[in-house]
Amino acid sequence: MTATLRPSLSACPACAAGPAAEALAARDIGPAQIALSLPTIHCSACISKIERGLNAHPGVKSARVNLTLKRASIDAGADVSAQDMVALVQGLGYEAHELDAGTLNATANNRAGRELLMRLAVAGFASMNVMLLSVAVWSGAADATRDLFHWISAAIALPTIAFAGQPFFRNAWAALSNRSLNMDVPITLAILLAVVTSLWETALSGEHAYFDAALALTFFLLAGRYLDHRTRAIARSAAEELTALEVPRAIRLSDGAEETVNVAELRVGDMILVRPGGRMPVDGEIVSGTSEIDRSLLTGETVPVFAGEGQRVSAGEVNLTGLLTVRATAVGADTSLHQMADLVALAESGRSRYTSLADKAAKLYAPGVHILSALSFLGWYLYSWDVRTALNIAAAVLIITCPCALGLAVPAVTTAASGRLFRRGMLIKHETALERLAQVDTVVFDKTGTLTAGAPELTNLESLPRKDAEVAYALARGSSHPLAQSITRAARDAGMACAGVANITEVPGYGTKGTYKGQEVRLGRASWTGAGDTAQTATHLQVAGRPAITFTFADHLREGASDAVQALKDSGKSVYLMSGDTTAAVEALAKRLGITHWLAEALPADKSARIQAMTYNGAHVLMVGDGLNDTAALAAAHVSISPASALDAARVASDIVLLGSDLSPIAAACDTAQSATRRIRENFRIATIYNIIAVPLAVAGLATPLIAALAMSASSITVSLNALRLR
Amino acid sequence: MNILAYLIPISLFLGGVGLVAFIYTVRSNQYDDPDGDSRRILSDDWDDHPKP
Repeated sequence: MTATLRPSLSACPACAAGPAAEALAARDIGPAQIALSLPTIHCSACISKIERGLNAHPGVKSARVNLTLKRASIDAGADVSAQDMVALVQGLGYEAHELDAGTLNATANNRAGRELLMRLAVAGFASMNVMLLSVAVWSGAADATRDLFHWISAAIALPTIAFAGQPFFRNAWAALSNRSLNMDVPITLAILLAVVTSLWETALSGEHAYFDAALALTFFLLAGRYLDHRTRAIARSAAEELTALEVPRAIRLSDGAEETVNVAELRVGDMILVRPGGRMPVDGEIVSGTSEIDRSLLTGETVPVFAGEGQRVSAGEVNLTGLLTVRATAVGADTSLHQMADLVALAESGRSRYTSLADKAAKLYAPGVHILSALSFLGWYLYSWDVRTALNIAAAVLIITCPCALGLAVPAVTTAASGRLFRRGMLIKHETALERLAQVDTVVFDKTGTLTAGAPELTNLESLPRKDAEVAYALARGSSHPLAQSITRAARDAGMACAGVANITEVPGYGTKGTYKGQEVRLGRASWTGAGDTAQTATHLQVAGRPAITFTFADHLREGASDAVQALKDSGKSVYLMSGDTTAAVEALAKRLGITHWLAEALPADKSARIQAMTYNGAHVLMVGDGLNDTAALAAAHVSISPASALDAARVASDIVLLGSDLSPIAAACDTAQSATRRIRENFRIATIYNIIAVPLAVAGLATPLIAALAMSASSITVSLNALRLR
Repeated sequence: MNILAYLIPISLFLGGVGLVAFIYTVRSNQYDDPDGDSRRILSDDWDDHPKP
């Protein structure tokens, strides 16, 4: 289910198409590749213990542990299943989870990164060598020696630029064929013009050649590109791992036999077995079994819904208590889950409306530089009637103004800031997410699964008769239902003893019953225990003959939720709560957290409409949500955050993913984003100051290659150091 | 000044050796697991004879 969702959901269709196609291709390679996530490994002993254990297993051809990614990749025969490998590693004493090998497409990522690194290395090598030769020229080499050095520089520079400059040339060409200007156009023009004039000068035994400048420019700009790529590659690989943890498998019943298959292979009409705790892989109709289903990820309701024969279920709902057999009525792209997700992809998203600071700078900068350079060419040509001098000066202007520092200004800062946030458990997925986060003045929280942990907490244990509570404890111990587990937990913490209840049986979909002192006792749904309906999440205990006793529950607050809300309010942001849950539950939570604006029983469309209205009124909204009912709102908001426990569709729709269960980093992230944006602006200012000093020299014809090299290196280094202050 | 005829090619060659070595390490996936590689040196698994 999750894998089929991904392609249509990504923010940019072009970048999503590539990896998705590759993921499909990787899936075809078959069962040989098994990937495991090993979150607890940390030392060399762990590596060799796990590798030795895995390699000793018959059928495993080779296994290798990657400590940086905390992953193991296993090359094994078709008879080895991932479950066996997980059990094996767990037997060695380490936590292990299966990863969907099809979703992890590190190769495509690596190839792009490796290509950039190679170009960076070649540019670095060439620029150092040419710089050595240039130092000799600057310190006084003359005549034949200078010409020789210039020719050697040319021999190094030409092939290097042809190889290393390709990313810039390609981007510039793409921009020009779209009739637009980006930062790469002045870069390409400067590099090419520098090389052409330098060749010309060298051929005429001229004094100045700018080969070193052209190479240093390429090197610094490639460094910026590489930093940018690496930051995003780290975020992407962590996000992929989250997705890959949900292996898209289902149990299909064919002629009564159970068979584990890939969700993509399910067809309409297939019988599918869904175990308690499992998620519905398809839309369908219940054929046999009764249970309760949790729809909170789809609708935000916390109270589980009864499910019996003939009832329709949708993909994404979670089966809670009983074994269900479902006949598929819609699979893959036809499921309601997928169609809802498609709507999100169509919705205009906050991020596509935003122009990044770098783009804004480029829009001002590119035409300015071209006009300045053209004017100095024209001026000098009219003044001296010498094309060579005029062209030399135009090239010097382009080189000196070339956006070395501008190219580094943004990536250096975002790398430092993303690294800092990553260490605090936040994954920045989108490149402009930090800039948008810095503008946020309104925060909208979803309730279920975001502010609350999704686990109910018993609220009225003290007010209940102790005898009855002990009976409920005994009945609840036998069930894996979340409400029953909550009773068990609360009773154990209160130090209660179990009452002697015999013949405890679970009736899926209804509750648990047993015999206590010869009488039947029941714990479960209101209708089954003879209790009236309550607005709150509740379960009921019936001891024969007496009216039912009600146990009420409140959602357990997620760790750091109240801190996060308080900190956001303290920093002057308005905080809203929007949920699909009942009014009573939402109001209670809003009161508890001190949130004054709240909206209950909100449909997905209500949420996004409300956010669009806020945006229309000039607010910059941060949406924090986890369910499918939040995805439209997540996409409509200016910037969005989802917890790691969120539905895959919600994680894809959001810009930032919270890796831990703690919410408190959100407020700190807003501060970090603000200081990052401040640094970016400072960097632009630093780069502009260098230009203001150096450009008049260049226009006046006083710039030498030495001055160009000094200005370029000094501004690039100051900008990088300024970014490092953020770490 | 004739010494330049030797020194420049030599310096270029030595730099080139470094570049080729770097490209080789990138191509053979030696930067995939920096943390793991720095720990693997401590393991005594293949101390007596190389891994077959």
